[in-house]
Amino acid sequence: MLEKALVGSQRYWGWIIFLLAIISVGFACWIYQLNYGLGITGMSRDISWGVYIAQFTYFVGVAAGAVMLVIPKYLHHYQKYAKVVIFGEFLAIAAVVMCLLFIIVDIGQPQRMLNVLFYPTPNSILFWDMIVLNGYLAINVIVGWNSLLAERKHVPPPAWIKPFIYLSIPWAVSIHTVTAFLYAGLPGRHMWLTAIMAPRFLASAFAAGPSILILLLLLVKKLTKYEPGEEAIQSIAKTICYAEITNMFFLGLEFFTAFYSNIPGEMHGLTYLFFGLDGYHELVPWMWTSVFFGLFGILLLLVPPLRRMHKFLALACASVFLSTWVDKGVGLVIGGFIPNPLDVVRQYHPTFPEISIATAIWAIGALILTILYKIVISVREQDA
Amino acid sequence: MSMDRREFIKVAGLSALLGVGGKGAFELLRPGELDAFEGQAPENVPAATPKIRWAITIDVRKTDNSVVQKCRGVCDYLHNVPHFDNPKDEVKWIWGDTYEHAFADGANEYMDSSLADLPFLLLCNHCDHPPCVRVCPTKATFRRPDGIVAMDYHRCIGCRFCMAACPFGSRSFNWRDPRDGLKDRKLNPEFPTRMRGVVEKCNLCVERIDKGLIPACVETCPDVLAFGNLADPNSNVRQILRTRTSLRRKIELGTEPSVFYLV
Repeated sequence: MLEKALVGSQRYWGWIIFLLAIISVGFACWIYQLNYGLGITGMSRDISWGVYIAQFTYFVGVAAGAVMLVIPKYLHHYQKYAKVVIFGEFLAIAAVVMCLLFIIVDIGQPQRMLNVLFYPTPNSILFWDMIVLNGYLAINVIVGWNSLLAERKHVPPPAWIKPFIYLSIPWAVSIHTVTAFLYAGLPGRHMWLTAIMAPRFLASAFAAGPSILILLLLLVKKLTKYEPGEEAIQSIAKTICYAEITNMFFLGLEFFTAFYSNIPGEMHGLTYLFFGLDGYHELVPWMWTSVFFGLFGILLLLVPPLRRMHKFLALACASVFLSTWVDKGVGLVIGGFIPNPLDVVRQYHPTFPEISIATAIWAIGALILTILYKIVISVREQDA
Repeated sequence: MSMDRREFIKVAGLSALLGVGGKGAFELLRPGELDAFEGQAPENVPAATPKIRWAITIDVRKTDNSVVQKCRGVCDYLHNVPHFDNPKDEVKWIWGDTYEHAFADGANEYMDSSLADLPFLLLCNHCDHPPCVRVCPTKATFRRPDGIVAMDYHRCIGCRFCMAACPFGSRSFNWRDPRDGLKDRKLNPEFPTRMRGVVEKCNLCVERIDKGLIPACVETCPDVLAFGNLADPNSNVRQILRTRTSLRRKIELGTEPSVFYLV
């Protein structure tokens, strides 16, 4: 089926070349990083994880979001999702590949990466994260690819993929739970040391993943003859609404515990992010933007006439996407390191090569997504 | 060390048959591997109560800036710790900071300024329950049976999970080639320089302890620092801790530091 990705319009190839150009800039920066070291980034001994790990965390959520289509389709036989579920699975594949790439560019000695396998260490959450992410990638490749193969041949998907589909449901929950555990089990990082880190991650994942999916489906609808189905889109929109409300509620819970208990360590991280600490306010506008767009997205999704208009639906999904991205992809990781263990505020500014490398990984994700979606649409247009 | 326990036993048995042992066997079968490796692998930690638990006491009342400078100077020289002008690239094993920062969670604002203004020597706490060891995905950082939290620089993949886990900010990462920070300086040929992309920190002079010496900072400032065995009730450090009031950093986190500040 891969050959279908090799035939396309001028616009298709233009887009591919554009992505490849971004990727090559990032690749050059990565070679520079390999030669010089991670010193080309803005990270320091105080803020020792930055853009890379933050993006990794965000895209684990996007990947897990696919389960919001798999559950209704396969556990409740909601047939309106029959045609769109594969877009969710392929979005998950692209997102997991991005996650793995963000880890590779973040580690200081990537050529020693296999040490994680040679010296397996079950007490390290990173060991489990490696297992669940690679497993989730494999499951989605198996399920997505075989479903599409079957569709092309006009036969029902083979029975043996059923167990993989059922397995993908708890597995999707596991990838984001384990990723939350990377943070939530560290003593002395107060902002991360919270039992609702995993549920908060899941809520934001189930809002972010489907939001991107709706935006993609609307784009596909616009660019091709393919029609994803209005009812499916509206159902996904309701899922996003519930999930984003839960996500904002969880954020409120974090505020309550920190500020009602009045424990300085509990408050400092949130204070830095939302109000500024010791004269440092850099992330304050970001965080309030995130809150604003989160609430704005909820409002648009809550009002049915607005939600039904695709213009507003797209705006709502973009708002939720932006809100969750700032929350997790900017605030969570950086905020967790501020103030540092000595109660000193150190700032972090990502550098140009660092952002180029991260952008290139976004472009690789977009490239994988483009190719996979192109194959799906070509298979379906052939039948139309 | 790129061998697991089983492999080690195999190699050791084979070496015994061939009549070679100890370091010789390592050098014969894995030339050069021994140099970057500090002490025993974590698999060999016995479950029973250890006979040795190394600890350091630091007399805060006698610590001044010259003590900090002397300790840092000897440590940085002995371990080839690089110096960079840029705080972003900073690598440090032992350094001085204020009481307020050292005891960030429990600083007492009404404390006597004679104490609060003194510098506190900060270093790795060599915790009983080190979070850095718990999170390391490759066992590149591990706790020896004598309580020293050591590093294998050749196994570290540079994921920096240990830096996020350490509640004391004791770990540094080599953001760039550390040799750039050693230019025009006297180097210690006895201790390896690191490479970029790995984490490092105070190793309690494990290379000296294994030769029967005491940590260099303690040797340099014997009036201020003391080094001894916490597991022995008659040791120097236990006697000091019986007579002096001591503080440990962030004890509420349960990591059980083995660095005691005498006040």
